[in-house]
Amino acid sequence: MDIILIAVIALLGLALVFGLLLGFASVRFRVEGNPLVDQIDGILPQTQCGQCGYPGCRPYAEAISEGDAINKCPPGGQSTVEALADLLDVEAIPLEGGVEEEPVKKVAYIREDECIGCTKCIQACPVDAILGAAKQMHTVIESECTGCDLCVEPCPVDCIDMLPIETTLNTWKWDMPKPGVDLIVTDLRGELKQGDAA
Amino acid sequence: MSTQFSFHGGVHPPENKRQSTGGPIQIAPIPEQLSVPLSQHIGAPSDVVVAVGDRVLKGQVIAEAVGRISVNVHAPSSGVVEAIEARPVPHSSGMTAPSIVIRTDGEDEWVEHSGLEDFRAIPKQELIDFIRHHGISGMGGAGFPTDVKLHLGDDHIVNTLILNAMECEPYITADDMLLREHAEQVVKGIEVIAHLLQPHHVMIGIEDNKPQAIRALELATEQSKLNLDIVVVPTVYPSGGEKQLIKLLTGVEVPSGHIPADVGIVCQNVGTASAIYDAVYNGIPLISRIVTLTGDALGHPHNMRALIGTPLQTLLQSAQLREKDLYRLVIGGPMMGFTVDSQSIPLIKTTNCVIAATYNEMPPAPPANPCIRCGMCEQVCPAELLPQQLHWFAKGKEFEKAKHHNLFDCIECGACSYVCPSNIPLVQYYRFAKAEIRNEEAEQRKADHARQRFEARQARLEQEKLEKELRRKQRAEEAAKAQAVKKDKAVQNSEKAESSGEPDLKSLKTASAVARTKLKKAQKALQLAEDKGVGDIDKLRQTVTELEAKERAAQEAYDQAQSAPAEQPVVDIQQLKTNAAVARTKLKQAEKALAKAKESGEGDLEALRAKLAEQKAKTEAAQAAYDQAESGGAPQADVNAVNLDELKASMETALGKVDKAQKALDAAVASGSPAVEKMKAGVEKLQGKYKEAKAEYENAQSAPASAPVMSAETLAELKADMEAIQGKVEKAQKALDAAVSSGSPAVEKMKAGVEKLQGKYKEAKAEYENAQSAPASAPVVSAETLAELKSDMEAMQGKVEKAQKALDAATASGSPAADKMKAGVEKLQGKYNELKQAFLEAGGQLPAAQPDAAPVDPKTLKQTVSIVRTKLKKAQAALDGAADDVELQTEVQRLTQAHEVAKKALDTYESEQNDKAAAEGIDLKQLKIDAAMARAAVTKAERALSKAREAEQDDLPEIEQQLLAAQLEAENLNQTLSRFTD
Ligand code: SF4
Ligand code: SF4
Ligand code: SF4
Ligand code: SF4
Repeated sequence: MDIILIAVIALLGLALVFGLLLGFASVRFRVEGNPLVDQIDGILPQTQCGQCGYPGCRPYAEAISEGDAINKCPPGGQSTVEALADLLDVEAIPLEGGVEEEPVKKVAYIREDECIGCTKCIQACPVDAILGAAKQMHTVIESECTGCDLCVEPCPVDCIDMLPIETTLNTWKWDMPKPGVDLIVTDLRGELKQGDAA
Repeated sequence: MSTQFSFHGGVHPPENKRQSTGGPIQIAPIPEQLSVPLSQHIGAPSDVVVAVGDRVLKGQVIAEAVGRISVNVHAPSSGVVEAIEARPVPHSSGMTAPSIVIRTDGEDEWVEHSGLEDFRAIPKQELIDFIRHHGISGMGGAGFPTDVKLHLGDDHIVNTLILNAMECEPYITADDMLLREHAEQVVKGIEVIAHLLQPHHVMIGIEDNKPQAIRALELATEQSKLNLDIVVVPTVYPSGGEKQLIKLLTGVEVPSGHIPADVGIVCQNVGTASAIYDAVYNGIPLISRIVTLTGDALGHPHNMRALIGTPLQTLLQSAQLREKDLYRLVIGGPMMGFTVDSQSIPLIKTTNCVIAATYNEMPPAPPANPCIRCGMCEQVCPAELLPQQLHWFAKGKEFEKAKHHNLFDCIECGACSYVCPSNIPLVQYYRFAKAEIRNEEAEQRKADHARQRFEARQARLEQEKLEKELRRKQRAEEAAKAQAVKKDKAVQNSEKAESSGEPDLKSLKTASAVARTKLKKAQKALQLAEDKGVGDIDKLRQTVTELEAKERAAQEAYDQAQSAPAEQPVVDIQQLKTNAAVARTKLKQAEKALAKAKESGEGDLEALRAKLAEQKAKTEAAQAAYDQAESGGAPQADVNAVNLDELKASMETALGKVDKAQKALDAAVASGSPAVEKMKAGVEKLQGKYKEAKAEYENAQSAPASAPVMSAETLAELKADMEAIQGKVEKAQKALDAAVSSGSPAVEKMKAGVEKLQGKYKEAKAEYENAQSAPASAPVVSAETLAELKSDMEAMQGKVEKAQKALDAATASGSPAADKMKAGVEKLQGKYNELKQAFLEAGGQLPAAQPDAAPVDPKTLKQTVSIVRTKLKKAQAALDGAADDVELQTEVQRLTQAHEVAKKALDTYESEQNDKAAAEGIDLKQLKIDAAMARAAVTKAERALSKAREAEQDDLPEIEQQLLAAQLEAENLNQTLSRFTD
């Protein structure tokens, strides 16, 4: 009997200790916020354009976490849909409104001599990428512009253009090779020694 | 010779080096035009410091370094800057980049330049800057600015300096030729580097296929004091890769994601060492380099020292290019180089080889076949990767996985492609995958940045909103406080006024019952005195002769009191007790007066006139009121009861009553009462007086007295009241005197009460005189409130004028003018509300803070909207008639816009008001509805009342009571509403 009692007490003691430990851990290491929303938000392109029907990417992320469709972000393109499908372990569905070719990155450009300094675009810009003051010429800080398009509509004199971002030497990138072209290798006239592991 | 190590993998492609080592390095001709790209190195492009048309000398700085990782660019030869524009550059993309184009003058005139006398004598930093300013950047590979590497000694312990003389790629012999001819220069350059980095050990790694270079090096290093080893390693591609070289020479493996300096090793190219020598010893910037010109399409493949910016064309021509044989022009080696399309591409600092290949030499790659998983690629990979897996991932765009398979350790050596039996362009896949991943990362960074900015903006907006809300609340609180303060002050004022001897308010308020009792007692005492008359008077005469006069006065007062009903003074005192009660009573009286005027007609008027004539000090109105009071004691008492219950009713209520009194007057006018004539005269006469009276009432919160402002009759009544009070006070005094003289036990109490009353009485009298017969409450006026009174009076003036006008109009047009009168009074009502509001907000002290100060006038707004709308409609109608009238069209457009603007302004204003109201927990819409309903109830009650009067019903007082209640309710609601709609 003693042995059983000891065993029971020991187990109860252990249960208590671990219970306390777990309880403490759940308080001490509590995760703030909703990690899923953060993850989804991390995938969305942060253009903050509202084309998804939400006032920015995070609200859409929240909506997705609550079960909204994952194919509503045109700036993200199909790759975002796929990344989301991956994350949420759901079927990747085609982008709403048909698949656009990889969306062209654009940046707003203010034709400065036409700008009347109404500050309307500043108010529209979700990322404060426009610089200017009332009755002063405004300009877009190119590196901050997400190309969301939101400043174009409010401009009363239509002086904002969305220009595709030009590729520079620094942003140029290799394409997927097309089979059968371009690789520079020495001709095959010489003896071809293969794979000597020196 | 140190121990030999080896690295994994590697291939042995045909060397093809012999072609270009046949002759010595030749000096390339100076081309007519030099195109010097601003960015020949990794990092920020340099900043142009010359302008088009400038003459530049050889070695002159034409672009300056920008930022940390950047070097100067120098003019390779003397000439004139012809253009600064985008020109083709040697890059796999075939794109253009900003370049400085110099038209050479052939003189090759040097700018003043000199080397350092003793580089060891100057601080290291200066030496490094010197090197940097001479444009030295890596001469093989990516062209990393050399000075950055020379700084590595600062934060890393550099044990080993490795000089890379491997030149493992086929075809290229530039370093080989450099060492053969200028080994001493290279060694001197190495000494400079070693001086800066202070390594324990210097190693020169060189492949065993360059015996002449090795010999030259050995000769050159014989005298060197450096701990220097020349390490000859077997030829295998790609032994020249930095990490491979390190592995080969030291056996140390540089961990993935680290630079060699992390393991205490720094690598430099021998070409760079030579350039450093040139700079430090001779002051010659990096404006030329040795380049291998080779390939089967060249008749004379050899090495050349060519100026940076020289078009390939010039070089190829000097190497006797056979155009027709040229199939492919490659910059760099056959393994890692890239094809270029144009011969106008210039030579840059990193161009070590140009291959003009024939078709046979470099045939197009055969079509790729599927991977057969032979594993040969894996065996040759010097980075020990799994090329087939990487290929797989890259092809399937599974970049994450590719990254996990250390894609970024791939040095793109091409060994795997070289051996692949399926001819898969593996390197291209890796480049693609790398570019994609880098791009994704860049986008991710940008997205994070955008997110931060977005969130920062949101937070800012939120903050602004909060602050706005806070400010709004503060304002509301302040307003409330001001209101409270104002009320306090008003109370204080009234108290002050009372304590300063005002009979109407405090004493009577606080001790109404006592006063009544006293008065009754006084009256009784008076009666007693009268009864006992002679005896008392005799006694008094015996003691004091003065008392006689008083007794007579008392007697006179008694006589007067006899002619007036006993209740009258009681009623009046009660009125004085409560501010609101006064106003209410007056309203009641006004209504009564109206009813009376209606009922009794001219007879009353005549009597009034007679009294007026008789009593200069009293008005005919007062007389009428007096008459009324005589006959209407009982209902007045009722009203007083009601008033007592509603003691709290504020000035606003009183004002509302005034409005009603005005209405009553209007009604009187409308009903064609003969009293109109008299009323008119009264109003004219009393205008000034009632203005003052009104203001005073407001200040003292006994504002109800302002009722007379509207109606001559009410005013007259007011005056009558005043007089009556005066009379009562006098009587009370006399009663007191009598009591004193008669030795009544109540004398003490009465004295205290009457003393106060006396002071008040005096003031009341003075005020009365001042106002030429102003109502009793007028004396409330005090010096402090005079300023206020003025402003209030001014406000009132407008109202009075309007009332006057309305009255005039009604009078002129007789009874049918009732409608007009109503409209006028409604306006007046609005004004009243405004004044009330102002008064409330100003705390009774700051009349300046009137709602007129409100930025938007809703009425004007509404008007604007409707005006513009009307105009717009008209214009549209006109346009419909004449569709192609351009002017009209523009007009319509303009109006549409104007209408929209006005509408928006109105909407904004309305919503603002709604918000304001909502913020205080009031639903403006509901309020409006309630107010309208209350108004309707008032109208109904009024109608019922007039009907009852006509029918002479018995329940008249009851209906009047109802009307009163309804009016009060409507007034309250209106007032609340006015706070938001004014
Ligand atoms: S549609 Fe625009 S706002 Fe919505 S998630 Fe995509 S980028 Fe963000
Ligand atoms: S500048 Fe215009 S396009 Fe660019 S982020 Fe701002 S609103 Fe969007
Ligand atoms: S190209 Fe990359 S994967 Fe292929 S052999 Fe070289 S290092 Fe290895
Ligand atoms: S060498 Fe080519 S075929 Fe063989 S495993 Fe590698 S990629 Fe596949």
